[in-house]
Amino acid sequence: MLKRAVARLMGMSVAGFARALTGVLPDWRGCLPEAKQRVYIANHSSHGDFVLIWTVLPHLLRRRTRPVAALDYWGGKGLRGFIGREVFNAVLVDRKSGAIGHDPIAVVVDALSAGVSLIFFPEGTRNTTDQVLLPFKSGLFRLAQARPDIEVVPVWIDNVARVIPKGEFLPVPLLCSVTFGEPIVLAPDEGKAAFLERARNGLLALRPTGRER
Amino acid sequence: MPCEAIELFLGLAAVLVVATLIGQGLKRRSAGKLGTTVENLNQRVFAWWVIVALFGVAFLFGKTGVILLFAFASFAALREFLTLTYTRRSDHWALLAAFFIGIPVQYYLVWIEWYGLYSVFLPVYGFLMLPVFSALRGDTSHFLARIAAIQWGLMISVFCVSHIPALLTLDIPGFAGKGLLLVAFLVIVVQGSDVLQYVFGKLFGRHKVAPSLSPSKTWEGLLGGVASATALGAALWWITPFSPRQAAGLAFVSCLMGFVGGLVFSAIKRDRGVKDWGRMIEGHGGMLDRLDSVIFAAPIFFHLTRFWFVP
Repeated sequence: MLKRAVARLMGMSVAGFARALTGVLPDWRGCLPEAKQRVYIANHSSHGDFVLIWTVLPHLLRRRTRPVAALDYWGGKGLRGFIGREVFNAVLVDRKSGAIGHDPIAVVVDALSAGVSLIFFPEGTRNTTDQVLLPFKSGLFRLAQARPDIEVVPVWIDNVARVIPKGEFLPVPLLCSVTFGEPIVLAPDEGKAAFLERARNGLLALRPTGRER
Repeated sequence: MPCEAIELFLGLAAVLVVATLIGQGLKRRSAGKLGTTVENLNQRVFAWWVIVALFGVAFLFGKTGVILLFAFASFAALREFLTLTYTRRSDHWALLAAFFIGIPVQYYLVWIEWYGLYSVFLPVYGFLMLPVFSALRGDTSHFLARIAAIQWGLMISVFCVSHIPALLTLDIPGFAGKGLLLVAFLVIVVQGSDVLQYVFGKLFGRHKVAPSLSPSKTWEGLLGGVASATALGAALWWITPFSPRQAAGLAFVSCLMGFVGGLVFSAIKRDRGVKDWGRMIEGHGGMLDRLDSVIFAAPIFFHLTRFWFVP
């Protein structure tokens, strides 16, 4: 009871802080914030990424949306673990162990069967390179194969890496934006490469202009 | 708050009531083709209500209130500006310094009324120290472009904007305690000029001033807007230390600076490939979209007033 209250209060303060720091606003360009089951796929450059998506979702959708996060980072014991498990109710997957019997994608598909939406990073890891977007891992395709009925919504998160670059401690309050694109559904007999390519292009199309030299 | 300020706010509220009635009337009459223009007009009018209310609250708190209001405006403007510029990871310290040293120190210096330092802090000390932060990180790729953009952002969003509350520090004989009215005069005249240029442009605009920069700036809008805003400035002489003719002259110069400021900002937006600086103020765009004209007018208005009216 108390734990739930603390978690909710903390969720609100995290969202408030993210708003104040980054002035983040949603741009529902390709779809509306409907209470549909969805998999939001986003570019991933910072630990703050899912916080931004979560912050711009309407409260009703927030409660039914869980981020898919790394067990080794968000599954610990301390404050970070509390935020990961209790505040964001993350679906924790173990990317490292490769242990027999632990299939990360099976865990994610399992979470979908409970009817919630997910925030999923198809690059599989944080992008700390100069590349705009890393190649997608096959996880997204396997997810779509398992649940072809659920729409995949590309979400471009802009500027987080500039707010707090890797290895820096203090954030710079630059503006961030979160752009939601047109939903994508796996077509019958669409192959892995074709689907991932389509999803990738859908995501890249949302990138704003104006940051180039 | 001087009693002239209360009369001013009542006058502004009356203008906004009329604008709201016109906007709602147009909304009822027009459907389809003109719909988006009318909707945008109504959003703008609503934003003006909020802006006037914010000024009202700031004026209640006097100098401190106005300084805090513009420090916040500087913050919002700087973040919009730097969001649209190219910087690298190695500029992180320079960016941190711009936000967390540049803004507070500049406004603190205005607050303690240290003219000798607030007028050189950013153009001299900031100018020389900022590139050092970036240079120390050793990344030379596009160094000049990166550092120039940060410096430009600071000068525009912090230095120039801080000259609006700095009007409160001018010691004009016979005008003690009425500095708020100078702030009101500058903001009303320059923003009034923007609004009047918009109105004249929408009603009569045909010949574009700078088609490659902005599709919405026309000669008809410019001439009608600046002429009527100059008249507005002359009509407001009673809240200033100026004679009607001096008020008209200063209003005219401020409106012209406001106009060229708008052009310069349009050029930057075109270069960056965006239509607006941000989405903070509905109907207007970002803070910089609303502030661009005042940014160019404020330092000139400040120094002309200081040169002629401060002994």
